[in-house]
Amino acid sequence: MSLSTTDVEKVARLARLAMTPAEIETARSQLSGIFGLIEEMQAVDTKGIEPMSHAQDVAQRLREDKVTEFNQREAFQAIAPQVEGGLYLVPQVIE
Amino acid sequence: MTWEIVIGLEVHTQLSTNTKIFSGASTAFGAEPNTQADAVSLALPGVLPVLNKGAVERAIKFGLATGAHIAPRSVFARKNYFYPDLPKGYQISQFDLPVVGQGALTIQVEPLSGNAKPYEKTVRITRAHLEEDAGKSVHGESQGVTGVDLNRAGTPLLEIVSEPDMCSAAEAVAYAKALHTLVRWIGICDGNMQEGSFRCDVNVSVRKPGQPLGTRREIKNLNSFKFMQQAIDYEVQWQIDTIENGGKVHQATILFNPDTGETRAMRSKEDAHDYRYFPDPDLLPLEISEEWKEQVRATLPELPHAKQARYVSNYALSPSDAAVLTSSRETADLFEGVVKHLLSQGVGILTSPETPSAEAHAGQFAAKLVANWISGEVSAQLNRDGLDIAQCPITAQQLGGMLTRIADGTISNSGAKEVFRTMWAEGGEADAIIEAKGLKQVSDSGAIEAIVDGVIAANADKVAEYRSGKDKLFGFFVGAAMKASQGKANPAQLNEVLKKKLAG
Amino acid sequence: MIESSLSQMGAALRAKKISSVELTQLYLDRIAQLNPELNAYITTRPEATLAQAKAADARIAAGTAEALTGIPFGQKDIFCAKDWLTTCGSKMLHNFVSPYDAHVISQFNNAGAVNLGKTNMDEFAMGSSNETSHYGSVKNPWDKARVPGGSSGGTASAIAARLCAAATGTDTGGSIRQPAALCGISGLKPTYGVVSRYGMIAFASSLDQAGPMGRNAEDLALMLNTMAGFDERDSTSLQRDKEDYARDLNKPLNGLRIGIPKEFFAEGLGSDVAKAVEAAIAEYKKMGAVIVDISLPNTRLSIPVYYVLAPAEASSNLSRFDGVRYGYRAPEYTDLADMYEKSRAQGFGAEVQRRIMIGTYVLSHGYYDAYYLQAQKIRRLIAQDFVEAYKHCDVIMGPTSPSTAFKLGEKGDDPVQMYLSDIYTIAVNLAGLPGMSIPCGFGDNNMPVGLQIIGNYFDEARMLNVAHQYQLATDWHSRAPQGI
Repeated sequence: MSLSTTDVEKVARLARLAMTPAEIETARSQLSGIFGLIEEMQAVDTKGIEPMSHAQDVAQRLREDKVTEFNQREAFQAIAPQVEGGLYLVPQVIE
Repeated sequence: MTWEIVIGLEVHTQLSTNTKIFSGASTAFGAEPNTQADAVSLALPGVLPVLNKGAVERAIKFGLATGAHIAPRSVFARKNYFYPDLPKGYQISQFDLPVVGQGALTIQVEPLSGNAKPYEKTVRITRAHLEEDAGKSVHGESQGVTGVDLNRAGTPLLEIVSEPDMCSAAEAVAYAKALHTLVRWIGICDGNMQEGSFRCDVNVSVRKPGQPLGTRREIKNLNSFKFMQQAIDYEVQWQIDTIENGGKVHQATILFNPDTGETRAMRSKEDAHDYRYFPDPDLLPLEISEEWKEQVRATLPELPHAKQARYVSNYALSPSDAAVLTSSRETADLFEGVVKHLLSQGVGILTSPETPSAEAHAGQFAAKLVANWISGEVSAQLNRDGLDIAQCPITAQQLGGMLTRIADGTISNSGAKEVFRTMWAEGGEADAIIEAKGLKQVSDSGAIEAIVDGVIAANADKVAEYRSGKDKLFGFFVGAAMKASQGKANPAQLNEVLKKKLAG
Repeated sequence: MIESSLSQMGAALRAKKISSVELTQLYLDRIAQLNPELNAYITTRPEATLAQAKAADARIAAGTAEALTGIPFGQKDIFCAKDWLTTCGSKMLHNFVSPYDAHVISQFNNAGAVNLGKTNMDEFAMGSSNETSHYGSVKNPWDKARVPGGSSGGTASAIAARLCAAATGTDTGGSIRQPAALCGISGLKPTYGVVSRYGMIAFASSLDQAGPMGRNAEDLALMLNTMAGFDERDSTSLQRDKEDYARDLNKPLNGLRIGIPKEFFAEGLGSDVAKAVEAAIAEYKKMGAVIVDISLPNTRLSIPVYYVLAPAEASSNLSRFDGVRYGYRAPEYTDLADMYEKSRAQGFGAEVQRRIMIGTYVLSHGYYDAYYLQAQKIRRLIAQDFVEAYKHCDVIMGPTSPSTAFKLGEKGDDPVQMYLSDIYTIAVNLAGLPGMSIPCGFGDNNMPVGLQIIGNYFDEARMLNVAHQYQLATDWHSRAPQGI
């Protein structure tokens, strides 16, 4: 299978990865090779087969509604790129 | 009317749990920024979600209250997009298999145009699913930057999606209000719209009758019923104008600006809504047993709509009275508490019960009296003081004590109003206030006859006119006699004595 | 001392024949000497490490020592460890000093074990050669021109070079077993859900599983005793009774039914590897095992299925690395979108970006059913192959990797060639089964060959028994690379 440049550009944008046209082209050719491998799946008849999301057939365990976590802002923000007044700062968000 | 309006709502209700949906961090409102953002809320590398039982319980409650199917097995999915208030880069939500399936809510619509009558309508609920709330962006602190507070990130939400069953702003508002009442009623959400506990997204489109559905625009994040109505009105007119001027409505997410009363399209999030939903591998399927469902059902209170029906059939109240009395659980509790008190005092019970429905009669009498007071004085005072019914300073016991004294003729209506005002401001029981303020009616027939005799003697000319056929003067005598009694005469008794004596 | 087993080390420590500080210093000296060339560790903090050793000695003196108290271990840099730089092999986390401990780290800490350092790995565990690490490739101690395998290559190299007593790994598609095979050591990937994933930086959540790597099966059993167990912070952690994984080590193998899948010996398997693996199977026959021919018909499909599911989960798991709350943020950007795109493009290496793109594509609108859903359905078929197979055998054996360690840079820029080398290990992760690799000889260029042992769900104790008995009968596992 071969991906188009547009496909790769769209994916890079969705994944928030800045790519130059040259990088897009390299990625296009590599991804096309990988999808060649992946396409092998399409020939398999999977009618009536239940998709498998988890290795174990177990139900979700539930947590009691009790507070167990307490303020650690100082420790957590010590490793942040940019903070001010307890807030994480990012370039202006326009709604 | 040449245009049909089609409206559907998506309501995000913050569930009233102590902790977040996937971690043990507190959800209390108003904390310092990021002090309730734990490792999971911050999406530190390596952390994992574990589902809060309290959130699931509340979802089940909602499903049962709307007669919906509760999925025995539902699945959490990831909705992928980048935004600074979404720390993981995906929101954990439910997609294919929500916890609550199709249900319905019956609403009481009060049309906005003056002379149209109130009516009932059933709105279908498509589904309700559990998901996590995002954080908050704080703008304007510094130039060119936005601050991110993740305290709210991970707060449990139940997103309630309706069918596009509403065809006016009035219906949309009535539905939103009914939902707002219900979620507080069953105790799953505090309903605080100022704090964002109950947020509505409204999908609006217009079409000519018989035509296929028009393109819809989604008004995001309305947090007041007034704004909702304004936003819908504006949006509907905008869409109609756009089409009538030869334009086209494009699907969009829009915001309502309460200052201008206008809607406008959002600039962000516009690039390709490709959320790449897939089942969250960190969470296993949520299973809800029949047994758990029944345990939750046992904790459900009688629901507003059932109460309304009961008030109408048992107490012969009008549907609109019943709707007012069930506008919140506190109102209904007050109403029922006062009625119970009156019946325990024998109010309304006929002295010689000839009819087999004497009990029903008593109930109806008491209910009507209480209903009038709650929708009248109580509600007016609450409004005046800017209080919610939950903050009402008067108890059922107090109000019942006072109404008992109206019913047994101890005080007049105007006397009762004074008792009520005193009670509201200073507290105290009715009997003590009546005593202290000397508000007891004069019901002693001898005393009343003496007053009436005095009035007749002092107004011989008017008595003559009256007797010669000038019936209208009767009001004059009532006024004069009441005045003479300093307003304390039992009005019914006074009327009776006056009539008899004036007749000669 | 460095050739001793963990239980011998533990006994020596408790008998005070050596102190933890001495033993730890011994390893720190070896690391200082050998790591510059091998690059097996990304981070060491000798002071913090020795402080832990000192605390362990105090605990030994107080008589409250456990099996692993005072023994120095390496920790794969995928596990968050409080106050430790935790990079996951990525520039994205070049400055991430973890504010908390992963469950696995807490378990070792609680046992009084000593953390020697964070071992190198393929970036975000994506790779089979350790060449994708931002911190440089790791060398195989058996031939420093060759790769150690991946993604737990730093751990495998460190163990083979005796730069730790043992160390942890994680395995999403073979990342414990393949480097174990290529470096001539032992490694076990437990049943999915046996070891908590809390604090282990996620690659593909439904496949990731942590496990022990060491010089022999007995060591792995001791480590697994510490690592395994229910953790309420991981929804996929299984609630099971605590077990002693060493309990069956000495059982005889009489009558053990070993399933040999014909698909594991088909085209693509190096003849040197085949020879060593066949010799190992012959050894098992001598020990009384019975050989059963089985088939795992969907083995070939495990590669496409894996390369849809793992990147899909990864693309989403790696979205949190956005330069907002921690980790790398690009130095220059024009606006929010630019900040995201530049931070991620500069912070992630080529292989990680490639997999994020594959994953994003297969989940995107219009492709979900054809790729993701189809892959999940075939995943079930692959799991069912094993269910069928275990009706006829107790364990399955075959090669771990089709070849021995290849040369650094040899597979160059061709991701497809690299992916194909995961053929024997991936299906085990898709099914969620336990799998291990133990040394079983040497192939061309005198490079180690690994024998893979695949067990049924929760059959770790039996697998360790099977491996231990082989290691009693052979000495492949105790060979050391020259110059080490």
